Amino acid sequence: MNKTFAVKALERASGETNIVPGQIVDAYPDLYMSHTASWRCIRTLERMGVDKLYDPDRIAMVMDHISPAQTAETAAFHQLSRDFAARMGIKKFYDVNAGIAHIVLMEKGLVLPGQLIIGTDSHSTIYGALGAFGTGVGFSEITATWVTGKIWLRVPESIKIEIQGPLPVGTYPKDVMLKLIGDVTADGATYCSVEFHGSYVEQLTVSERMTMCNLAMEMGAKNAYVPPDAETEKYLTEAGVPLDSYEPLAPDPGASYRQIISVDGRSLSPQIAVPHTVDNVVSVDEVAGTKLDQVFIGSCANAKYDDLAIAAKVLAGHKVASNVRLIVTPASAVVMAKAAADGIVTTLIEAGAMITNPGCGACAGNGGAMADGEVTLSTANRNFRGRMGSYESKIYLSSPATAAASAIRGVITNPSEMLDSRPLQSLVR
Amino acid sequence: MTSPTSQAERNEMDTTSQLGNKCIVFGDNVNTDVIIPGRYLISIDPVELAKHAFEPLGEEVQQRLYASHVVVGGKNFGCGSAREQASTCLIGAGVKAVVARSYSRVFFRNAINTGLVAVECPAAVDAIEEGQDAWVDYHAGFVTVGEQQFSFSPYPPMLREILESGGLIPHLMATIANEKAAAKKEIAAKRAAAKKPAAKKEESR
Repeated sequence: MNKTFAVKALERASGETNIVPGQIVDAYPDLYMSHTASWRCIRTLERMGVDKLYDPDRIAMVMDHISPAQTAETAAFHQLSRDFAARMGIKKFYDVNAGIAHIVLMEKGLVLPGQLIIGTDSHSTIYGALGAFGTGVGFSEITATWVTGKIWLRVPESIKIEIQGPLPVGTYPKDVMLKLIGDVTADGATYCSVEFHGSYVEQLTVSERMTMCNLAMEMGAKNAYVPPDAETEKYLTEAGVPLDSYEPLAPDPGASYRQIISVDGRSLSPQIAVPHTVDNVVSVDEVAGTKLDQVFIGSCANAKYDDLAIAAKVLAGHKVASNVRLIVTPASAVVMAKAAADGIVTTLIEAGAMITNPGCGACAGNGGAMADGEVTLSTANRNFRGRMGSYESKIYLSSPATAAASAIRGVITNPSEMLDSRPLQSLVR
Repeated sequence: MTSPTSQAERNEMDTTSQLGNKCIVFGDNVNTDVIIPGRYLISIDPVELAKHAFEPLGEEVQQRLYASHVVVGGKNFGCGSAREQASTCLIGAGVKAVVARSYSRVFFRNAINTGLVAVECPAAVDAIEEGQDAWVDYHAGFVTVGEQQFSFSPYPPMLREILESGGLIPHLMATIANEKAAAKKEIAAKRAAAKKPAAKKEESR
């Protein structure tokens, strides 16, 4: 057999057999995620005059992009979603206190291997970290799926990326992904399913796999995938998911790929995306010394517990440079509670960081805006012009370690210089 | 500022397969934050959104956009976020078609689903110059630029159906209405069939 993960996942979701890349199928997703955009879906449903939903249990709403509400108008959007969820019996509703949708849904055990999940967010590729097929769609499509339970999807071709480790000190999944995005460019995987394999990927935690699958979107991927294994099981068991409640999917050994990319992580150095595109990637050393005004550690790419732990490890005993504002926005309430209990939050605050409530925060333009001419180094996944305030400001993207080291010096800094050789994993596992 | 397109004008557009006129030309990797900045996503009204379309590129670009009917892009047009407003803001700005070398997949979906014609035609992109006229015939599958014609693969039937309904939601509403009508007809037919033997009974009495 020569089926890729994507073919198998869409066969399962569509009930069809022997589907081929390029074909369009009607698939029935297991979960429909809508974030702050939920109000747009609700308004669209009202416009349609429909009040019967295909399956309220497959609807998940998370109020993450604007949290808490900034204006009466955004408060009304939240209110609309809250009331709708209560009225329609939508149990998977998470309010402004929960955090970023992707992270919250995985923490709650609502994303399972082999599932098809659609979301009103391009970074829905992140669900591949648990071996699910996650893909981003518009709000009209979520609304239509609420009603019909199905969505048209083109069966994608697949790209296999094999990564060998270990990585040198100071380099992380974010550096691997930035390097890949720079190499294949922002449309190198457009319409494709991206599968991550290799010794490096096998030893990653689910959180690290999230960073990989999240960033795959920035090469245009339709979905991303890491083969589920004992690590996946451990994560799901901790999330309270019984072993017999899911059935993982794996590509056939002879699966046909459009392209196979081999990456030797052992020779990698810390990477950075420079303004104004994510595929504009250079090594950190090439832009070291660039003056910063703000550092943002946040987003669904890199604000999970291990990301904050790494930042804290770098920042411990140091102070953020006087010319820099360091904003830390934990990905979820669960992440924040754990980081608080472990003293990570205190370490960050003592170093001079400002801790905000969990959510998308500055990555979604929700606080942390820049003035004309300012520069931010962010751990997020996008550096498009104007995304964080002024159209005349600049965003660089890096790992949390690079961000933390740069916050201390006030200029872009290679974190290897500020780390000892002890593996960081020992701190976060 | 050119007045935003009225609903009537847009409906008129939907009934013809030949769309176009003046072009505005962009390069590669035009992203959704540039097309419609995140801060304006609090609206879903095409006309309101159109006021902020391409705002990061400045007013001159915006004025050219409002005077154009075809947006021409390089590769990976509409990359970035899943925001559907990246398509609706163009509709509000009076854009009738997008011709690009390639699209990000979410932008392409959103275009079809909001009723905006978006075609992949690299040869046409090479030929079109700023301010020139171009016409897209999405039935026949070609873009006309001056005397030249460039072909592209036409939409699969299902996508064309969605597009011609004016987008996914109008398409779904029409489908639901048709299903309801068909169900009513069926019930009426069943009732009629059920009445016949009853009538016979009465006759036999």
